Amino acid sequence: MAINKVFADCDSAVADIFDGAVIMIGGFGSWGGLPINLIVALAKQGAGNLTVISNQGGVGFELSHRIKPGGYQDIGILYAKGQVKKFIGSVPALGGMPPTSPIELAHKEGKVEIEMVPQGTLAERIRAGAGGLGGFYTSTGVGTPVEIGKEKKVINGREYLLELPLTADFALIKAHKADTVGNLIYRGTARCFNPVMAMAAKTTIVEVDELVQPGELDPEAVVTPQLFVSRIVEVPR
Amino acid sequence: MKTRLDEQTIALRVAREFENGMVINLGYGMPGLCADFIPEDRTVYFHSENGVLGYGGLGTDEEKDYELINASDQPVTRMPGMCFFDSAASFDMIRGGHVDLVVLGAYQVSKEGDLANWGRPGRPATGMGGGMDLAAGCRQVIVMMLHTTREGAPRIVNHCSFPLTAKHCVGKIFTDVAVMEVTKDGLVLKEVAPGWTAEEVQALTEARLIVADDLKEIAL
Repeated sequence: MAINKVFADCDSAVADIFDGAVIMIGGFGSWGGLPINLIVALAKQGAGNLTVISNQGGVGFELSHRIKPGGYQDIGILYAKGQVKKFIGSVPALGGMPPTSPIELAHKEGKVEIEMVPQGTLAERIRAGAGGLGGFYTSTGVGTPVEIGKEKKVINGREYLLELPLTADFALIKAHKADTVGNLIYRGTARCFNPVMAMAAKTTIVEVDELVQPGELDPEAVVTPQLFVSRIVEVPR
Repeated sequence: MKTRLDEQTIALRVAREFENGMVINLGYGMPGLCADFIPEDRTVYFHSENGVLGYGGLGTDEEKDYELINASDQPVTRMPGMCFFDSAASFDMIRGGHVDLVVLGAYQVSKEGDLANWGRPGRPATGMGGGMDLAAGCRQVIVMMLHTTREGAPRIVNHCSFPLTAKHCVGKIFTDVAVMEVTKDGLVLKEVAPGWTAEEVQALTEARLIVADDLKEIAL
């Protein structure tokens, strides 16, 4: 009998996330691609001292109205509740928004540490972690504050920085459809960071619009193969 | 007070640089406007960091599909032949030199083509996003910006005082008063906005400008 990966709700899917866990959260930043229901369940569950790896730091419910009428919850809820000790990502706060997002406020008060990573380097560090690599060299960040403390190497006459892999205890992912085995497909630009993060965590938890039976997804179109997926929750949007 | 070009007009001028068949990334903010001004005789393919190639123009907020956006969170339109991919593949395209041209915004550009476009005083938590990868990896980097700050201070400077995005990366600069090219001899003033003289542009620029022999008015 196949192992059951399907969970009835987001609360039970995130129940064992522990204090001090490292958590990757998929999406790009705004509503599309963000596993919003899993984030809200994690906020309710209350695990603290978390390290969050995500492209953007979230704008919080109040500022989210500027992005989508009616607003929505994002990663901001985790800082507002004081659950995060460290954030790793490329856009902790958006320069085009007022300086009142939960992460910017928490950072100002010294409550959250920020590690700023160029977006492509972030994606590649996650892919390196997913694929068991010890790191990679990139020319991104040479001559900028990003190079501070990093090994530099000249390869074929160009300067590169050594960047190290990222892995996580849990990844929270949003996909469009999953089959019950755990194969995933995405929709539009909601794909973004989700597939790489799905590959880089010990336990990957996915929120999908629609759950289907094995055989209903075209195997030629599967983006995330099922062995990367531990838990599935169907939450129609 | 001389008239400066508005953002749409700068975008119209920048889009003249788009060559047939180019893969082009439009950076955060003002550069996104260029998507609506592609010259009629040319086909270009717009790339965005969040994993889309070959979208149409900008969509409308009223019909926004939140799963069909560019990296600036602007809705974009579907077009036959468009495709989606994940963030790692997207940045392989960028770092690997597969994107022909990027148009980026800037806080400051130096006379040597150094770019500062992500961090500014008082906002230590704002990030660089994909800007550093784009500036380091794309084959051509164009900057689209306002020539001075709101307070009138120059933004085209001898040395950037804001944190750098990348060194020696900018090829051309398009502002609301001028078009400049970064060369090994320095910044060359190629075009001025209608009604402006080279001296008036220089007065708003900290870096010394070399006036091109064939200085032109920006043609609209």
